Amino acid sequence: MQAIRLGRITPGRLDATFAALADPTRRAILARLASGQASVTELAEPFAMSQPAISKHLKVLERAGLVSRGRDAQRRPRRLVARPLAEANEWLERYRRLWEGNFQRLDILLEELKTGQKKTERTRRGDRP
Amino acid sequence: MTNTATLTVATPTEREIVITRTFDAPRALVWETWTNPNYVRKWLLGPEGWTMPVCEIDLRPGGSWRYVWRKLDGVEMAMAGGYIEVTPPERLVSTEKWGPEWPETVNTMVLTESAGRTTTTLTIAYPSREARDAALKTGMTDGSERSFARLDNLLATLV
Repeated sequence: MQAIRLGRITPGRLDATFAALADPTRRAILARLASGQASVTELAEPFAMSQPAISKHLKVLERAGLVSRGRDAQRRPRRLVARPLAEANEWLERYRRLWEGNFQRLDILLEELKTGQKKTERTRRGDRP
Repeated sequence: MTNTATLTVATPTEREIVITRTFDAPRALVWETWTNPNYVRKWLLGPEGWTMPVCEIDLRPGGSWRYVWRKLDGVEMAMAGGYIEVTPPERLVSTEKWGPEWPETVNTMVLTESAGRTTTTLTIAYPSREARDAALKTGMTDGSERSFARLDNLLATLV
């Protein structure tokens, strides 16, 4: 069962992932890191934000396990860690599938109702069904 | 039937979940399927094997609603809430509570129509991130199939 497989995800980590993703600056940082590692200075460049402010966001991302530090002692480049994102995505995907099941039933119901309405209109106008 | 509709699920803030889907039907009809108990019980069922024997909707501000689902093995689940704002056929704001251990959410449904198609935007707001996380955790940590079924159903039926 899909649910049991998903059960291995640590809830705390999932919470941390979603909390980290809730901020637009942090999402932008992750988007930047998706195209390759970068130093704090490089990451701060596109933002109208001080380096300490960016560092604060990076700390949240690091605590959530979304970002790790590289070995280069001088630059301490940050890297994207994809796994927690994949897990968060898996949870959302599961959620999406559940809703999609409902909505596909709703599509069918709406189609039936539309057909029913057309028949009623035709009957009212005296058309042959 | 053309079905080019895509469902999107987003977490724009730390305490919200937003679900968007377009239906190939006019707005008045879509509104009807979300608010008329005879229609709601036909589609708002969550995973396979569940039916909705109780679907009570008192559609007015201050009115209440109550859904009870039943699985083939007899397991039942209930969810209830109240209506805050009822503006047919475009906007429905309601509260929802799964049970005492679940946080109450405020759910806002907005329907917009374009060229005979209707987009439903459903925003589920938890009182806080902690509350949203708590709701997630309850289903995620238990590990039994039944609690996952509970979670499945909760997720599938947040209206």
